[in-house]
Amino acid sequence: MDMILLSAIVHAILVASTPLVFAGLGALIQERAGVLNLGIEGLMIVGALAGFVVALSGQPLLVSVLAAAMAGALLASLFGFLVLRCLANPIASGLALTLFGLGLSALAGAQYVGLSAPQVAVWHIPLLSNIPFVGKAFFSHDPLVYGSILAATVVWWFLMRSRPGLVLRAVGENHDSAHALGFSVRGIRFLAILAGGGLAGIGGAYLTLIQTPLFVEGMTAGRGWIALALVVFASWRPFRVIAGAYLFGCVTIVQLHSQAFGVSIPSQILSMLPYLATILVLVFISWRSKGKGSVGPSSLGKTFKISH
Amino acid sequence: MFVLTELNSLAERASASSKQRLGVCDLSKYFGNFAANKNISVSIDRGEIHALLGENGAGKSTLVKIIYGILKPDYGTMVLDGLAYLPVNPSHARSHGVGMVFQHFAVFDSMTVLENIALGLDGRMPDQALGLEIIYLCERYRLQVELGRRVSDLSAGERQRVEIIRVLMQDPSLLILDEPTSVLTPQEREELFGTLRRLSDEGRSIIYISHKLDEVRVLCDRATLLRGGSVIDVVDPRQESTKSLGEKMIGGRFSETKRNKIPEESTSPRLSIRAGEIVPKTDQALILREVYVSVAAGSILGVAGVSGNGQETLFDVLSGELRLVNPESMLLDGQPIGDLEVEARRDLGLLSAPEGRLGHACVPELTLWENVILTARNTRGILKSKYLVNTAQAKDFAAEIIRTFDVRTSSVNAKASSLSGGNLQKFLIGREILGNPKVFVVSNPTWGVDAKAQQFVHGQLIKLAESGASVILISQDIDELLAITDRICALCHGQLSRTHATAQMTPEHLGALMLGQEVSG
Repeated sequence: MDMILLSAIVHAILVASTPLVFAGLGALIQERAGVLNLGIEGLMIVGALAGFVVALSGQPLLVSVLAAAMAGALLASLFGFLVLRCLANPIASGLALTLFGLGLSALAGAQYVGLSAPQVAVWHIPLLSNIPFVGKAFFSHDPLVYGSILAATVVWWFLMRSRPGLVLRAVGENHDSAHALGFSVRGIRFLAILAGGGLAGIGGAYLTLIQTPLFVEGMTAGRGWIALALVVFASWRPFRVIAGAYLFGCVTIVQLHSQAFGVSIPSQILSMLPYLATILVLVFISWRSKGKGSVGPSSLGKTFKISH
Repeated sequence: MFVLTELNSLAERASASSKQRLGVCDLSKYFGNFAANKNISVSIDRGEIHALLGENGAGKSTLVKIIYGILKPDYGTMVLDGLAYLPVNPSHARSHGVGMVFQHFAVFDSMTVLENIALGLDGRMPDQALGLEIIYLCERYRLQVELGRRVSDLSAGERQRVEIIRVLMQDPSLLILDEPTSVLTPQEREELFGTLRRLSDEGRSIIYISHKLDEVRVLCDRATLLRGGSVIDVVDPRQESTKSLGEKMIGGRFSETKRNKIPEESTSPRLSIRAGEIVPKTDQALILREVYVSVAAGSILGVAGVSGNGQETLFDVLSGELRLVNPESMLLDGQPIGDLEVEARRDLGLLSAPEGRLGHACVPELTLWENVILTARNTRGILKSKYLVNTAQAKDFAAEIIRTFDVRTSSVNAKASSLSGGNLQKFLIGREILGNPKVFVVSNPTWGVDAKAQQFVHGQLIKLAESGASVILISQDIDELLAITDRICALCHGQLSRTHATAQMTPEHLGALMLGQEVSG
């Protein structure tokens, strides 16, 4: 296999992984605050459509991405209202959010199917991008690939090195104690839901703005669910979300290219591979932590009620 | 004239503030139609340790939550150091020098001690500077703590120390402690009292919430007695007897439960366990070691220990939720039962009532008569056949429990979760006792139960033993163990101590036993 092909594969892996990094970080920040949001898929596709529509109107990439983030945050705020204010069941609300997002985007996006988003300029990192192989694989990407790594760094710094992040983790760890100390559990969770919704929206927009760049009904194709699995895989740590996303992206791309290498396995089995890999990894993690209990936030998915 | 009155009131304030730290005036708080606090007035001096004494539901917690800014009063005013005081949230209260140590510690298990302390201090980060300040403070008050440890690895006493340090870091002038000794060993309790006395010597005021009369008599300068949301009396606890305080608190006759006759030692035990090592169901629980214990017919055996030292596993082994490999390691009247499951043991007369009332002992969302079926189905013809329930029989049995055990509830159709802690416990204990156990295993039966129900439960356990059954009482409550058991042993880090006659035990002895130190005698 020649180096050019290999560097193209690595390049493709990074592209395939980036939406998962954003969406995974979005799920992570909510779960660290104790919110289990199964609506990531719905948030992604709504972000995908919003970003696409704004890009079609000729706006620059930054504006399209911001629009996607706002759309994701807006839809997430609906989830926040249901779960935090109305004390609705978070599992059912999250599933409803996914179905609602998929349906809404299909309806509103029907008129945009078949159109193509403007090409996004690639940022060649000076000097580094000239290195053979490495330059093409790692340093000649669209801005969002770099942005996803920056986002993980910011999320890590926020959670582990800032006081608001400490408070957010405390709320996810034990909401009753956090309330007793005088933190606004619902307020903090709502902000986490907004931030998570925004990140999931950006993850979706990456599909329509860069990866395909088209809009098709249901095009997130389960990535929101993979993102949720990634958070468990990553033991709720931001940089491990990147690692998990790249692993998943790797399996996805390898199955695409394996036919080119003459591996004769039915394509259906190949397209199952990434999901099989996810299941295996999750089983392995549960097996390894057997009996030690969950390593996740203790209040995850629990409804917070103010008691007297 | 107007100016004069104002001057007067200012002068009054000044004189009052010279001694008074906190004044609460005519405070009321309603939840719907229910008055949790009704026209409460309390005054707390500088440097005073002031007890709020009352049963569960008397309004103690509501009052301190208002003082700490968690709840807002519907009526009434407060004065702190001579100035009007109405905190909008706990952070506001902290900025006025009011700190609180919670009953269920407000700590975060997966975080370090340092992070936990930082969370209680507005705007602080868990960094080196904070660490140094904490070390300095700990030296001053002779408190020991390791900042880098995870709270999940700490004992209950150490967790409480984290909370106390967190509060002391704010340099509070008024410190509130909500039932602080409920999970402490006697030694840890003495340490806590020493710290509190040191704090009051510095002029800090302390509000001490408790329903333990002996503690209040030892520690507190004054006590305000609450009942049904109102202040009943303000007394000097040192001038009162436990009995007189208790009667004022519950508003009725207060008798301390005591065993009349201690059964004679018997050579043939009703139940015995002999197991060198018992591996629990999960990795989190401790492995039990040297479980060699027996209980005679008509006797009450106490198992002391601070929770988390293997009590759950011991209970599971006794009840049959955790089966032993060797049947011979547990004998009931000489019959091997070590490998039998719960139902088989029940059929042989070994009944048990676990600590977790809601969820373990009963299903909260089921009615009382449905909950009867869960454990008592093989008695009184409640099961028609293997698969059919005789509803009428189950309801009759539930009604009998409610009658015999003085359970206050609307009917047998009430959901288990609708009962108060004390009433549900009476029901659950009754469900087993009416099943005529040979051996009755019960874990923390009076945890979070009011004084009257506590007395009732103790009386029933004694009556059961006097009728010839064996009782195994796993408990954290030292007073309870010393009052009603005949023989006593303790669990510490999964290790079961030797068994001692309760009559020869002092609280100090028992405390040493709970800390894993063997005592002679």
